[in-house]
Amino acid sequence: MSVQAVAFYLLALVSVASAGCVVAARNPVHSVLFLITTFFSAAGLFVLMGAEFLAMLLVVVYVGAVAVLFLFVVMMLNVDFSEFRKGFARYMPVGGLVAGVLLIEMIMVSSIVATRGAAARNDAPFVSGAGISNTEAIGRVLYTDYVYFFQAAGLVLLVAMIGAIVLTLRRRTGVRKQVIADQVGRTPATGMDIVQIKSGAGVPE
Amino acid sequence: MIGLPQYLGVAAMLFTIGVFGIFVNRKNVIVILMSIELILLAVNINLVAFSVFLHDVVGQIFAMFVLTVAAAEAAVGLAILVTFFRNRGDIAVDDASVMKG
Repeated sequence: MSVQAVAFYLLALVSVASAGCVVAARNPVHSVLFLITTFFSAAGLFVLMGAEFLAMLLVVVYVGAVAVLFLFVVMMLNVDFSEFRKGFARYMPVGGLVAGVLLIEMIMVSSIVATRGAAARNDAPFVSGAGISNTEAIGRVLYTDYVYFFQAAGLVLLVAMIGAIVLTLRRRTGVRKQVIADQVGRTPATGMDIVQIKSGAGVPE
Repeated sequence: MIGLPQYLGVAAMLFTIGVFGIFVNRKNVIVILMSIELILLAVNINLVAFSVFLHDVVGQIFAMFVLTVAAAEAAVGLAILVTFFRNRGDIAVDDASVMKG
């Protein structure tokens, strides 16, 4: 076996095994860590295919942002996760049945597509030639033909960010906060009281 | 020789594991969200594999958009989860019937 084949089978094995651990782990923190392993090995598969840019994107976006977000939420919620394991054995048979049927169907379809489809003519992976790197090839298409879709993707992220902030923002009662507008809007009439104090009487409350 | 069928096989397995995870962890919404991420990863592997073996870079651009939507979905999903936990004190979603109407 070539080095490439060994690397492929290693990465594929690690990614599938750790994906299995994601759904089977008892502790959700372990699930998140296995998810990170899955994404790392999937990024390795992308590198093997020659899609270096997407591999790095996967590491940065998923391992750097999404997985850490999951980790934050799992650690922030104070929930007894052992309660959730109760349905595991009950749903196992039907879940396994559906998953098995799905796997067989998908492998059959993909083997037919891979051997008789349009992609079967090119059995070697595409190495972007003519001195163009993968990143440059993506950029040349992304910023010309797909520039509106690129802008729309940015809009999706903006809406998601605003939505997440609006959903999680809460106004607490009983917490003093600085309100700049109130401070700026103060006038001498509202800001101070002039009291006439009799000698020896003290200041009333 | 590692060709298209091998990559499609890995993607199919990851997709199946994601679907299986949604089935067996019906109460734990965090693991359900992680299973959805696994499914989207499998879709991305398919897109990149076809892009590479069809010698067309557009598939990788599509995978990038899928990645964007997946990140946005995770952020909004976790925000909803945090709000849900704050209102109810637990995250058991099988009895999430507080919505009226």
